[in-house]
Amino acid sequence: MASRRALRWLVGGPPFFFLVLFFLLPALIMVVASLRYPGDFGGLAPLVATRPGEEAGLTTETYRVFFSDWIYAEIFAKSFGVAALTTLACLVAAYPLALLIARSDKRHRDLMVLLVVLPFASNFLVRIYAWMIILGPFDLLFSRFAVIVGMVYVNLPFMILPLYTNLEKHDPVLLDAAQDLGANAWRRFWRVTFPLSLPGIFSGAALVFIPVLGMFAIPEILGGKDDWIVGNMIKESFLGTRDWPFGSMLSLMLTVAVLAVAGAASWLAGKALKRA
Amino acid sequence: MALLEIRNVTRRFGPLLAVDGVSLAVEAGEFFTLLGPSGCGKTTLLRMIAGFDQPDAGEILLDGADMADTPPEKRPIHTVFQSYALFPHMTVAQNIAFPLRMAGREPARIAQQVNDALRLVHLEEKDAHYPHELSGGQKQRVALARSLVNRPRLLLLDEPLGALDAKLREEMQVELIEMQRAVGITFVFVTHSQSEALALSSRIAVMNRGRVEQVDDPSRLYSQPRNRFVADFIGKINMLEGEVVAAAEGGARLRVPGLGEIESRGGSGLAPGVAAALAVRPEQVRIAEAGAELPLANRYAGKVRDFLYVGDVTTYIVDLPNGQQLRALLPNSAPGRAKFFEVGDAVTVAWPAEAGVMLAQ
Repeated sequence: MASRRALRWLVGGPPFFFLVLFFLLPALIMVVASLRYPGDFGGLAPLVATRPGEEAGLTTETYRVFFSDWIYAEIFAKSFGVAALTTLACLVAAYPLALLIARSDKRHRDLMVLLVVLPFASNFLVRIYAWMIILGPFDLLFSRFAVIVGMVYVNLPFMILPLYTNLEKHDPVLLDAAQDLGANAWRRFWRVTFPLSLPGIFSGAALVFIPVLGMFAIPEILGGKDDWIVGNMIKESFLGTRDWPFGSMLSLMLTVAVLAVAGAASWLAGKALKRA
Repeated sequence: MALLEIRNVTRRFGPLLAVDGVSLAVEAGEFFTLLGPSGCGKTTLLRMIAGFDQPDAGEILLDGADMADTPPEKRPIHTVFQSYALFPHMTVAQNIAFPLRMAGREPARIAQQVNDALRLVHLEEKDAHYPHELSGGQKQRVALARSLVNRPRLLLLDEPLGALDAKLREEMQVELIEMQRAVGITFVFVTHSQSEALALSSRIAVMNRGRVEQVDDPSRLYSQPRNRFVADFIGKINMLEGEVVAAAEGGARLRVPGLGEIESRGGSGLAPGVAAALAVRPEQVRIAEAGAELPLANRYAGKVRDFLYVGDVTTYIVDLPNGQQLRALLPNSAPGRAKFFEVGDAVTVAWPAEAGVMLAQ
């Protein structure tokens, strides 16, 4: 018994301490940072004043600013809108492709999956700049549309892969049974394939939706200065205005908002699955 | 007119002739079985009847109408799949309601019919359960209820009992027969198990290498196999190979090397001089102590080589004078006595001239 427990710690211990050290601890540091004053030249002001008149200690100033101006809520709403649109576009584009791969000959599937992830082999920024060349002549650059095109392009594989993994596991005899019992192709899809693929849709959606909120390069390159999302604001706080407490606060608010959306989505999904 | 008619159906997979010129007629209300070893083409034939596959030649008619241009979803034929193929995201009631919803019935009527179907398979309490919460036998019943609920003209069953353990299989066999009588729907049943086919069917088509070897009711199939394949595939049988020496109206005599001449009431149509075999069932062979007077036409001395005790009966494997082995079945009907002979015992084996079937080469 004791040796089994020791083994469990031996296997589970390192990743556990890694997560505590490099994930939980930094998250707590962010909480504290969001409650401090900004330093004169970036960074954080000391907790204890070192000279008279210096702002030191803890304050809820960043949160007061956040909740006193609608502009932040608007940017959050806009970001979630962009993320939702990107997720939806990815889903619509990825589903037929994932289905095609899942129903192809087993010998060809691995090659097709390789082709899906192949774009990752070239540099992210190069691929985004390439879109400037494509969209420029059509006068579509520096618009919300361009941002979403870029986001969909970059995130599509993250939707295709979980969908494919799910669809590939479906037992083809279920479709035979549905057809045998009177379902045409349309109904076979909506009554059997689609509901069974919901777990794949949810994991794909999570893998696209959450990272999109934090992306700043695509809005900056393809969207221009007016199309900021939360990611740009956080980046600007740390690197532009060098207001670390404000940036920390924005990050935390984003985490809270994402958790709220994810919680609501999984609750709704649970209800939908029960009904289906 | 037969309910289902299969006319000269052929299906090729590359160089393989999966179904080779099969013709069959299934009457309304029958429990018809396609029996054969794996790879004999029975499942391919079933898939063509369901509409999942198309014949390369020949036609399949339902109520006299050619089904070639009717897709599976439009055929009044349902299938019980070997793996049950229950929809894992639907409850038992939703699974059973599926064909009714596809047919566009009104919700009130669907609920009523689902309840009736649940009662038919004794699963009233399981309506809200999901398939993964059910046992193998229960899944089997749900699959049956789902296929029967909107009363197809024909129900196809593809080795539906294959995944069940022996005891449950026997229970389900009885239930299947009762269910088929209760609903009056024609069943076409596919199996490789000859005992299952004999127990369930009103008629059986024995298939081998894509062809139908014999179509008959179970008792005729067992007692009058038309060829060596059928004789060997259905039940256990002793084959005594030899040459016809004389054939007349009342039977034939077969010369078997090392045994002399065997007398049989069958084989009257065979010409003298042709090679033939007498096929005798083990339960038709009498076995007694050496020297016992058995008033039967064919009688040989032998020695017990081995025996297979299965409880109710014991099969004795006896070495004949010509070195061949003969199986004789003896019921263990005497109380307190499990077996009558030991390995090495000298015995007499005998069978009447009426026993067995003469099979030409």
